[in-house]
Amino acid sequence: MSNDRDILQVEHLSMRFGGIVAVNDLSFSAQRRHITALIGPNGAGKTTVFNCITGFYRPSGGTMHLTHDDGTEYKLEKLHDFRISKTAKVARTFQNIRLFPGMTALENLMVAQHNPLMRASGFTFLGLLGAPSFRDAEARAIAHARDWLDRIGLVERADDAAGNLPYGDQRRLEIARAMCSEPALLCLDEPAAGLNANESAALSELLLSIRQDFGTSILLIEHDMSVVMEISDHIVVLDHGVKIADGAPRAVRDDPKVVAAYLGADEDAATAIMEGGS
Amino acid sequence: MATLATDRTSTQPASTFAFILKKAALSALVALGLFLLMIGIRTEAGPSGQLIYWTRFGELAAIVAAVFVGSIVVELLRQWSGRIGIAATPAPWVGSALAKIGKLLAPALLIFALLVPVIFYNQRYLLDLGILVLTYVMLGWGLNIVVGLAGLLDLGYVAFYAVGAYSYALLAQSGLPLPYLTGSYPFVAVDFLQLGPWAFWVLLPVSGLLAALWGVLLGFPVLRLRGDYLAIVTLAFGEIIRLVILNWQSLTGGPNGISGIPRPTVFGIPLTPGPDGLAAMLGVPFSPTHRLVFLFYLILALALLTNWVAIRLRRLPIGRAWEAMREDEVACRALGINITTTKLSAFALGAMFGGFAGAFFATRQGFISPESFTFQESALVLAIVVLGGMGSQLGVALAALTMIGGFELFRGLDQYRMLVFGAVMVLLMIWRPRGLVGHRAPSVFLHHRTTIAADMVKEGRG
Amino acid sequence: MDYFLQQLINGIVLGSIYGLIAIGYTMVYGIVGMINFAHGDIFMIGGFIALITFLILISIGLTVVPVILLIVLLVSMAVTALYGWSVERIAYRPLRQSFRLAPMLSAIGMSFVLSNFSQVAQGARVKPVPPIITGGYTLHESDAGFAVQLSNVQIVVVVTTIVLLAIFTWLVARTRFGRDMRACEQDQTMAALLGVDVDRTISMTFVIGAALAAVAGVMYLLYYGLVDFFMGFLAGIKAFTAAVLGGIGSLPGAMLGGLAIGLIETLWSAYFSVEYKDVAAFSILIIVLIFLPTGLLGRPEVEKV
Repeated sequence: MSNDRDILQVEHLSMRFGGIVAVNDLSFSAQRRHITALIGPNGAGKTTVFNCITGFYRPSGGTMHLTHDDGTEYKLEKLHDFRISKTAKVARTFQNIRLFPGMTALENLMVAQHNPLMRASGFTFLGLLGAPSFRDAEARAIAHARDWLDRIGLVERADDAAGNLPYGDQRRLEIARAMCSEPALLCLDEPAAGLNANESAALSELLLSIRQDFGTSILLIEHDMSVVMEISDHIVVLDHGVKIADGAPRAVRDDPKVVAAYLGADEDAATAIMEGGS
Repeated sequence: MATLATDRTSTQPASTFAFILKKAALSALVALGLFLLMIGIRTEAGPSGQLIYWTRFGELAAIVAAVFVGSIVVELLRQWSGRIGIAATPAPWVGSALAKIGKLLAPALLIFALLVPVIFYNQRYLLDLGILVLTYVMLGWGLNIVVGLAGLLDLGYVAFYAVGAYSYALLAQSGLPLPYLTGSYPFVAVDFLQLGPWAFWVLLPVSGLLAALWGVLLGFPVLRLRGDYLAIVTLAFGEIIRLVILNWQSLTGGPNGISGIPRPTVFGIPLTPGPDGLAAMLGVPFSPTHRLVFLFYLILALALLTNWVAIRLRRLPIGRAWEAMREDEVACRALGINITTTKLSAFALGAMFGGFAGAFFATRQGFISPESFTFQESALVLAIVVLGGMGSQLGVALAALTMIGGFELFRGLDQYRMLVFGAVMVLLMIWRPRGLVGHRAPSVFLHHRTTIAADMVKEGRG
Repeated sequence: MDYFLQQLINGIVLGSIYGLIAIGYTMVYGIVGMINFAHGDIFMIGGFIALITFLILISIGLTVVPVILLIVLLVSMAVTALYGWSVERIAYRPLRQSFRLAPMLSAIGMSFVLSNFSQVAQGARVKPVPPIITGGYTLHESDAGFAVQLSNVQIVVVVTTIVLLAIFTWLVARTRFGRDMRACEQDQTMAALLGVDVDRTISMTFVIGAALAAVAGVMYLLYYGLVDFFMGFLAGIKAFTAAVLGGIGSLPGAMLGGLAIGLIETLWSAYFSVEYKDVAAFSILIIVLIFLPTGLLGRPEVEKV
């Protein structure tokens, strides 16, 4: 089943809600250290695919194989929700940002390091007694968080409530938070939504640098075609829960089926979207 | 009930006196409608079981008049405060001012608490009241872990208080209640009476742990529930435990309760007048106040332990996970946090401190009965937590002091007490829905300590 | 079999009373999304108003039972509705946009206020009334001498419930108010934009809920012949259980849930133990909330991620 090339292999994935088929027999794979984009018109089932991969939905059928660098394999469809992040190391962000708004930016990043810190605190008992080993671990965690704040340019605002940050900062903080859990696969649900052109460009850079510096594989849902065309290595196109195209950015863009799918949705939008990448 | 004018929709510029009068007249009319029968006519079961009634139109007139005048006063106050800009929204300066003096207030309160038995040595009533207040401070701090930090709305906290009290009482009196369960007395495995004067010190942690166990047991089924449903289920659990205690006569003595519960000892030395007593050992004349003073310091120590643990935990990963869970459970799951264990640990810890408080209550009273563990107690502790400002340790202590102290002030009014308590609860919620100390202090900081405004902090959906 | 039949009748009568209270919970939860903790006490107030009115009517020499009944019902509904309106106005409206905990505590506070107000105003002792409606029918008499009774008061309770339920269903389904109410349930802001007076609609919801609770109070007084200031708490929780069991927000569900709870309680008392009947009711509440949170007729809620 597995090979060294792919980090994620989705095979025959289906998701039904009552009578509605949100995803139907979808198969695709995401290559290691690549940025794979999942695109499609609204309601195509992209977020449903994400929710299956990250354990929020239990798929009605199909398999999802994740293979770490060291060859360990995980069957994501069999893992219980939080274990997908904890053991399989899949992190995600949300379409409508889900930070912890009443906690500071720094605290948000500390929560992301919960599992290693929990072990270091001897499942709270050592930490309660103030064991030096835990203090060291915590100092390292803070330094790690600081690095990430630095990377997204939010060091100065480390002690501000996340909910008080501007929208673009919140988007980046959510990505940083996901990265603080040191994932093998990072799933981003419309990270560029609501960003202006400058912010989108900065986001593209951030994502490329994440792949460059950490070797993290990225799976991306995005409507902003300028971002998609610029950074993705591979694109999977969904429409009505079915895959209609799969390939390199250029090939996908010229695929008549893709154009038709977008045209079917909205003519102006389709033209705009398709021209966005060139 | 006196102010029907608490609606905010009609603060239009019609600030004329005629408007105020009209509004007051309307309020008085409503009051007349409400009270004409309930107050104007008094019913009572007569000597032969036949119902009789008499009229009280004097009282009725007085109350309606009071509503009329009260409505005018409230409306004038509102217009006055509206004009000078203290808007109807709760004043934010209260919170920030409290935060500023909080740094001084907390140590001052602590020192005062330590000195209470010295200052009021001869006033048993005040010492008793102090013990009562501290018990509620402890309960408040315990519940604060569940409600304030983890955002889990628990309306049955009194159940764990009861479990602690009954565990202590039963274990201290008759050893493990196993024989009652198996019906084969005397098959006693452990007889805690053999511990003699040490019984309290062994059974205190045991009671707390048993309460924690119950916390987990009750926590399991409610893991998936949120908000109001969680509140109702915890309320039901609390009532079930009380009803079982009430009806399981052979074990708990039913409504008669358990009396003769062993009193605490100063680490094995009893506080009795005999030659083994503490007084004799220290060579001072015996006084019953000694025990009161000891109980005061005991509950103070227990409360401070609760506080210390809660503050410590907030800065540990588990505490941060609790707060994160309160903020957004879905995001927690996406970050690999095990919601099940996180929730259960909050329930268990909160319950444990409730259990400690219960064991203390049992040993202090020497007598417990189901009457002490009604829903009203749960509501009182929850009111303390919410009024204190969820998550704020100082706020909870202040709220407990105000509520229990205030409650005692109305002791003379006897049957009006709960009426006033309910009304105060409503008014306080309207005045400050986020409690006295609504802001949140971050658990860790990079540059400088800040506070986060209340409206940013979530209260949890669970 | 006869014993069971008798319990069935008793259960349906008790269930009708619970159902009437449950409608108030369901409506309020549907429109403002809060548990009106004071609703059980509103029911208790309804019982007291009925008692007092009844006493006055008797003392002025009125003896025609249907007339007494009608007047008691109308007075109790009117005054209790005023209580419902005032409670919403004082304790809930200022907190409508507030945090979730605040209205809940305010409601608990209001519940204390109402029950203790009754205690202060009318004394703590149980108030018995002589049976107002007497007589009945023997449906079946077994050889062992056990007779299945259907009393007139039971008939009155069930018939009144059915009639009021019919009127009420018509109100929600066919009138302007009903439409406004359903609109507010869906989306208050949108309803307001479309010209629905949200404040008034919510007030009316409380008024109707209280009026139905008053009917339940009158029926309780007729059936059990007593009221006391503490009866609102348990009845309220059981009625809430009924509302959840039926599916919160659903009116027929509330009635169905009420009947189910009434039957379960009666049968449990008859066949298992009277002492633990409240434990049984609470256990059902817990089981329903955990395993069937959408109730029998409720709509499932899908968590959006």
